[in-house]
Amino acid sequence: MTYLRKRLLWLLPFLALPGCKPVVLSPSGDIAARQADLLVQSTLLMLIIIIPVMALTVWFAWRYRANNSKASYDPDWDHSTKLELVIWAIPLLIIVSLGALTWVGTHLLDPYRPLDRISAEKPIEAAEPLQVQVVAMDWKWLFIYPEQGVATVNQMAVPVDRPVEFTLTSTSVMNAFYIPAMAGMIYAMPGMQTTLHGVFNHPGEYQGLASHYSGAGFSGMRFKAVALDDAGFDDWIAQAAAGGETLDRGRYLELEKPSENVAPMTFAEVDPQLFSRVVNMCVEENRMCMAEMMAYDAQGGLGLPGIANVAALADDDAPGTARPVLGLPPFQVSGICSVEELNQMLAASAPSGVEEPRDLSPMRGRGLAAPQGFFSPHLNPNRLTQSLPQDGAEQNL
Amino acid sequence: MAIPSEIPTTFLLGRLDWHAIPQDPIVWATGVVVAIGGAGLLWILHKYRLWSYLWNEWFTSVDHKKIGIMYIVLALIMFVRGFADAIMMRLQQAIAFNGSEGYLNAHHYDQIFSAHGVIMIFFVAMPFVTGLMNYVVPLQIGARDVSFPFLNNFSFWMTVGGAVLTMMSLFVGEFAQTGWLAFPPLSGLGYSPYVGVDYYIWGLQVAGVGTTLSGINLLVTIIKMRAPGMTMMRMPIFTWTSLCTNILIVASFPVLTATLVLLTLDRYVGTNFFTNDLGGNAMMYVNLIWIWGHPEVYILILPLFGVYSEVVATFTGKRLFGYTSMVYATVCITILSYLVWLHHFFTMGSGASVNSFFGITTMIISVPTGAKIFNWLFTMYRSRIRFELPMMWTVAFMLTFVIGGMTGVLLAVPPADFVLHNSLFLIAHFHNVIIGGVLFGLFAAVYYWWPKAFGFRLDPWWGKVSFWFWVVGFWVAFAPLYVLGLMGVTRRMRVFDDPSLQIWFIIAAFGAVLIAIGIAAMFIQFGVSIMRRDQLRDETGDPWNGRTLEWATSSPPPAYNFAFTPVSHGLDTWWDMKRFGQTRPRAAYVPIHMPKNTGAGVIIAGFATVCGFALVWYIWWLAALSFAGVVIASILHTFNYARDYHIPAAEVRATEEARDRQLASAGA
Repeated sequence: MTYLRKRLLWLLPFLALPGCKPVVLSPSGDIAARQADLLVQSTLLMLIIIIPVMALTVWFAWRYRANNSKASYDPDWDHSTKLELVIWAIPLLIIVSLGALTWVGTHLLDPYRPLDRISAEKPIEAAEPLQVQVVAMDWKWLFIYPEQGVATVNQMAVPVDRPVEFTLTSTSVMNAFYIPAMAGMIYAMPGMQTTLHGVFNHPGEYQGLASHYSGAGFSGMRFKAVALDDAGFDDWIAQAAAGGETLDRGRYLELEKPSENVAPMTFAEVDPQLFSRVVNMCVEENRMCMAEMMAYDAQGGLGLPGIANVAALADDDAPGTARPVLGLPPFQVSGICSVEELNQMLAASAPSGVEEPRDLSPMRGRGLAAPQGFFSPHLNPNRLTQSLPQDGAEQNL
Repeated sequence: MAIPSEIPTTFLLGRLDWHAIPQDPIVWATGVVVAIGGAGLLWILHKYRLWSYLWNEWFTSVDHKKIGIMYIVLALIMFVRGFADAIMMRLQQAIAFNGSEGYLNAHHYDQIFSAHGVIMIFFVAMPFVTGLMNYVVPLQIGARDVSFPFLNNFSFWMTVGGAVLTMMSLFVGEFAQTGWLAFPPLSGLGYSPYVGVDYYIWGLQVAGVGTTLSGINLLVTIIKMRAPGMTMMRMPIFTWTSLCTNILIVASFPVLTATLVLLTLDRYVGTNFFTNDLGGNAMMYVNLIWIWGHPEVYILILPLFGVYSEVVATFTGKRLFGYTSMVYATVCITILSYLVWLHHFFTMGSGASVNSFFGITTMIISVPTGAKIFNWLFTMYRSRIRFELPMMWTVAFMLTFVIGGMTGVLLAVPPADFVLHNSLFLIAHFHNVIIGGVLFGLFAAVYYWWPKAFGFRLDPWWGKVSFWFWVVGFWVAFAPLYVLGLMGVTRRMRVFDDPSLQIWFIIAAFGAVLIAIGIAAMFIQFGVSIMRRDQLRDETGDPWNGRTLEWATSSPPPAYNFAFTPVSHGLDTWWDMKRFGQTRPRAAYVPIHMPKNTGAGVIIAGFATVCGFALVWYIWWLAALSFAGVVIASILHTFNYARDYHIPAAEVRATEEARDRQLASAGA
């Protein structure tokens, strides 16, 4: 298929012009190359029908112009079952072929799927993919190399012919991570994690960019992606590690503040939990991690005491916080660090009149009694949520 | 420029204060031009005492023809604004190289591309299409008006209200800097704290009421008001495509409304539907908005498929090839358009099977669309094609649209989309189908039905100038974007650092200039044609030797359209009437029952617009008062019993006899 791709390059006259680098059609990574192959194959498949249609349009328009009395004229011919079968069948056949191509191609080139080869010539070796954690920030890219323990901003290097597994998230708004020469793009979204597999087959310096509009500094959110040989990569890591600065939670929160056209930075050390905290949106102190919150919710939630488990934002002009005109000021759910803290919280919020918990079994979502009527005076089962677990009872949180 | 993050609100003016005046010389200059132009227009209206004429004959009119024309006038005005945005973007991208920041800062540039998308879709394409359906559908089905004439007037004014709010954001405050679909969290309060997104929300909500109601109106009109004998499978194809479009409107616009309500709640009362925190999920917004957004593109294109069908059949002097398969193709597209929304975000990481499903459903749409292209093609086969302007636009469409369709199917292949999503290739694709499909179709429609609406043809010379500048300009402007997309350049960029890209942006900007000349030629054409209207006069009412019922009326049609309701005996009713030598009944005229004009639509929509403005700026007392105004005016309107009148038989007779004389003098 590389052959076909090269032929298409040759066919399209605009690509012969100087200054034109159709990186999407001639990338340097196997995934992008296969995506480009599919692009070319699909185009050729569709041209089977597009070219005849365009030719027929021009031909009919010319042939049957009003002042051409030589052409036949058949004003009442408006139906032909055979012809109609053909005009439905041909596009259908092409779409069936293209659909098959799509199904296979989509599964083979799914960004979540680990690579099955380095390139057309090179099978995959045993080496595990290089892990790179990517955080889209306003408006810069943070790269964390968890195995090497270093982090960089707006620059990225990977070894040639080594599969790379990017794990992506965002701090603020939706974004997309795109190195056209390496592999297709994938969204980076706050509070969520996406994955992209890719590889570079040729050493070089490539453009990486944000491809989903993310606000004022979006245009400057670019980085150099460098593909190096193994020795070069080790040097690059050593250089990054020589910097001396540490990326911990405090430094991260500082870095997270919006800034534009940021020059590349390096961090010699990284908090190993940082990326996971970013995904779980609990880099700030005293903030409940999303995974923890989901674990509580999966077991029925904290119930009414949960309402008390909130705090004013630590930094109330942190990006992305604003007080709605008719609503509560933005707040955060506090992290619960210990059973003592939980007890403290529950004690603090226990409304008066609840002395004797009726049911000492821990709350479970599916164990909840059916809700009572809205106006019913006794909300007994709800007291469950306000009751303390007995000493020694299993903490189900 | 700098808008403080916390603006104190006051009771009287909410957060409206001096920060609302944009600190931008470009906006000031525009403001001065608009003020001078507006003052000039007001002076003309005053000098020629046109106010009561406009109010009585147009603004309060419930005549579907006049409302249709007003919709199209609105679309043309907004088109100028949307195109000005386009030119500004092209200029910025052509010069922002080699360290230059261009001439637009991010705050301004981001508003421009957001406004361009919103205006072109909601306030150009939608009113244009709605106006066209409004004008043509009742005539094609032999009706005297739409089912709910007042609602029609009200819908129009709600659309105007939305447009007014959107335009107002240029001079008072700011517009959204979020892109035309306002994805949260960027459009949430946290990242867009000022009024831009609120203008977006309320502009679309006010206009959305109009769109939904007009969808219901036309849907009921087509179902209930067809002439006797006109069964579903005898409806003109434009009516069929309008029916499908209105089904799509009624089924999808409520989704948009609901989505925007949720976004509003997030922004105003601090709910967390689409935020990052507290269980909100922005992906839900993306899904919801595209569940509306994808049918929306078919709402735009389907009626134009109808236009092309009418134009091809008329100018080839031949029955439309494969009417039945054309109808089924339209219905297929209608249904399939709901099953493809996820192709707008394959790159969100839904997984291979989900992506393949939506990719393949998208490709399937190209089968009925391909069948349509073939049907037009085989209508041209063995015909006698008269290359009048509508037919020229149709051929240009067929050649342009297949390329856009092809790149569309290409983008539906998920692995290809992964490298082309959000790129300028995508931009080139959807302009290829929206300009090459929707806009070319609208122009074909304007040239085709203009004689019907105004009684004279448009000057063909200026039309051809416009045509060639448009078609060539389109390709010069958008072919470079295809190339840039393949070079890995993505959309919405304000500055570039790779100097080798610049030449392509300069070519694209040059293309935009060609298009500008095309637009200018079109407006000159309107002016020239109005001045030369006596030479271009259409006396027959059927200047193109048409096939459908609208050509049975005079040009322009009388208020009541048809003195006697026509009876349809087959497809192409008017063609059959001409073939069998049927003549209009010339006696026994009866009074005609017609709806009466009312100002209620203007008033209620005016209150709704004020309410939108007050909500944008947090002026609660004004919001409450104007909302009360909407409710009270609506209730009062229900007590208006003077809703209808009869056109006396004598007047009908006089009109019809005048038409007879006109036809006789035209030698018909």
